[in-house]
Amino acid sequence: MSEDIFEIGGLKFSSRLLTGTGKYSDDSVIPAVCESSGSQIITVALRRVDLESKTGNVMDFIPKHMQLLPNTSGARTADEAVRIARLARAMGCGDWIKIEVISDSKYLLPDGYETAKATEILAKEGFVVLPYVNADLYIARSLVDAGAAAVMPLGSPIGTNRGLKTREMLRILIEEISLPIIVDAGIGRPSEACEAMEMGADACLVNTAIATACDPIMMAKAFGRAVKAGREAYLSGPGAKHRNAIASSPLTGFLSEG
Amino acid sequence: MSFYPISDEYSKLPLLEKFESVTEADVHRAISATTASPEDFLAMLSPAAIPFLEEMAQKASQLTLQNFGKTIQLFTPLYLSNYCTNRCIYCGFNTTNDIPRTQLEPSQLEEEAQAIASTGLKHLLILTGDARKKASPQYLESCMEVLSKYFPSVSIEIYAMDENEYASLVKSGVDGMTMFQETYNEELYPTLHPAGPKKDFRYRLDAPERSCKAGMRVVNIGALLGLDNWRKDALLTGIHASYLQKKYPDVDVAVSLPRMRSHAGTFKPASIVSDQDMVQNMLALRIYLPRVGITVSTRESPDFRENILPLGVTKMSAGVSTEVGGHSQKGEKVGQFDISDERSVEEMRAALIKHGYQPVFKDWEPIGNNEVNK
Repeated sequence: MSEDIFEIGGLKFSSRLLTGTGKYSDDSVIPAVCESSGSQIITVALRRVDLESKTGNVMDFIPKHMQLLPNTSGARTADEAVRIARLARAMGCGDWIKIEVISDSKYLLPDGYETAKATEILAKEGFVVLPYVNADLYIARSLVDAGAAAVMPLGSPIGTNRGLKTREMLRILIEEISLPIIVDAGIGRPSEACEAMEMGADACLVNTAIATACDPIMMAKAFGRAVKAGREAYLSGPGAKHRNAIASSPLTGFLSEG
Repeated sequence: MSFYPISDEYSKLPLLEKFESVTEADVHRAISATTASPEDFLAMLSPAAIPFLEEMAQKASQLTLQNFGKTIQLFTPLYLSNYCTNRCIYCGFNTTNDIPRTQLEPSQLEEEAQAIASTGLKHLLILTGDARKKASPQYLESCMEVLSKYFPSVSIEIYAMDENEYASLVKSGVDGMTMFQETYNEELYPTLHPAGPKKDFRYRLDAPERSCKAGMRVVNIGALLGLDNWRKDALLTGIHASYLQKKYPDVDVAVSLPRMRSHAGTFKPASIVSDQDMVQNMLALRIYLPRVGITVSTRESPDFRENILPLGVTKMSAGVSTEVGGHSQKGEKVGQFDISDERSVEEMRAALIKHGYQPVFKDWEPIGNNEVNK
C-alpha cells in the first residue's frame, strides 16, 4: 500500500489526528501528548495566547514541528471571528485559522451562517480556513463556495464526549463534499474516532477526551492508533454488513441456471 | 418581560414548605435527570438532598471536568473608590460608617494597575461604592484608558446603571459585569438597604439583564448568602442565571457564591451558612446549569477553597485587597469586608498546581479597537 497522505491547505501530513490545547490540568503535558498521538496539527484558542506572559504561555508548550491552527473561540459573530483571525496572524500564529462562531454559551453549537460569512472574508484574505460547523449539507456546500480548506462538522456538541450522534449526516457530508471532512467535537472514545475514519472521514480533531483523561498521554496514543486503524479499515474496503446470513441468490439465481 | 415577574411568582410560593416536602425519590430523580429542571434544582437544594451530597459531588465533578477541564481562572478585585451613599446595614462601606473615604486618581490608578499586572494577572474586577457623582460613568471610562493597557479583560462591580451607560462602558473596553442582588426577598430587601439608590429592588434586579442587552460578554450574579434563608436565595439565583442564559445565549453567565463575613459595623446575619450548605449549593447549581461559571472569592478560607476545587468552581480571586489603593500602598485601611484567604497570586498559583489544576491567567483577547482591525 502506498503511503497515505493527508493533504490540506497545500501541506502534507502523515497523521490524521488533530489535537487541542484546552482543558489540560497542566500545559506542560502537551509535548508528550503530541508525541504519543503522532498528531501534527494542533489548535489553540487565540484568547489564551499571551506572548508577554509572566506565568507561562500555552505557546511555549507547542512543539515547533506542529502545524499551528489558531481558533476563534469566543467569537459570537462573523465580524468577531474575522477580527480574531487577523489578530492571530498579526501575532505571528500563521495563516491557518479554525473558525468557531458560537453565540450559544449553553450548548456551544456553532452558527453556520456567520461561519460561512467569516470563511468567505478570510479565504479571500489568504487564510487557510477550517470552519467548525453543524453536520449540515447546505452549510457545508456554502463553505465549499466560500473557499474553505476543509469542513469540520461536529460529532455531538463540543466537550460532551457523546460520540457520533450526527452519524447519518456525517455520512452524507463525506459522500457529497469534495473538501476534507474533519470530524470535530464530541468524540469521547477512541472507538468513536475509529468509526468516523472507517466511515471515510478524512481526519478527526480530539481535545476534551484526551485533555480530561486521567492519563492524557496514554489516551492520546490510543486515539492516534484508533484514527490510523479506522483509516486503514476504510482504505481496505470493508465487506458489506448483512443482517441475515446469505448463502446464495434466491431471487436472481435463475439467471445463471442452465 | 424581565426577571421580575418570575421572581415575584416565586416569592408567592411557600418555598420553605416546598423544601421540606422534598422526598428521597425526588432527589434521586433530580440527580439522575439528563437535564435538571427548576423542580430538580429545588430538590437538590432541599434538606432531603443532604444524605446524597457525595452522589451529587460525583456528578458535579464530572460535569465540571467535561465543561471546563481542570482549570481555574484567576482574577483580582481593584477597589477604585469607597465613597457610598447607601446604608446597607451589613456593608463596611455603609455611608454612616466613619471610615476614611478615598478615590484613586488616574496617576494612583496606574500604580495600582502596575502592581497587579506584575503578579501576572490579566483578568481584573474593578469596584466602587454607590456614589455616581464621585465615581461617575465618565470617571470609570477614564479609568479604562489606564487599565486597558494592562488587562485584556476588565469587569465592573459597581452601582446599577442604565443600559446606555453599560453600553458606553462596553465601548471603553469593559467586558464583564458583576451584580449581587444580595437577597431576592423583596420584603426583606428594604430593611437591609434602608437608604440610597440601592434601595430600588427592581432596578437592581434588572441590572444584569440591561448589561446583557448592552453587550457585556460575561455577566456574574449572586446573592449574599446568610441575609435570608440561604436555600431560598440560592434557588432564586439559579433560576435568575437560567433565565439570563436562555434569553441571552451569547452571554457567559456566571454565579458567585458569597456568604456573610464580618466587616466594619454590627450587623449579624439572619442565618449561618455552613461549609456543608455552601457545598450543597455549589453541587446543585453545577448539576442544574452545567455550563455556568462559578466564582468563589477570598471570603473563603484557603482550606475550603482547595477542598471545593473538583466540585464546580471555575473562577477564583487571588492576591486580594478590599481596600482602595490596597495593591500598591500598604497601611492601616478599612476594607469592604474581611478576607480569609490572604495568599498572594504566586501562592495561589502554586496551590492550584499542587492540586492538579491549571491556573488560567488569560482567557480573553480584546478584539475591538486594535491596530490590525482598524
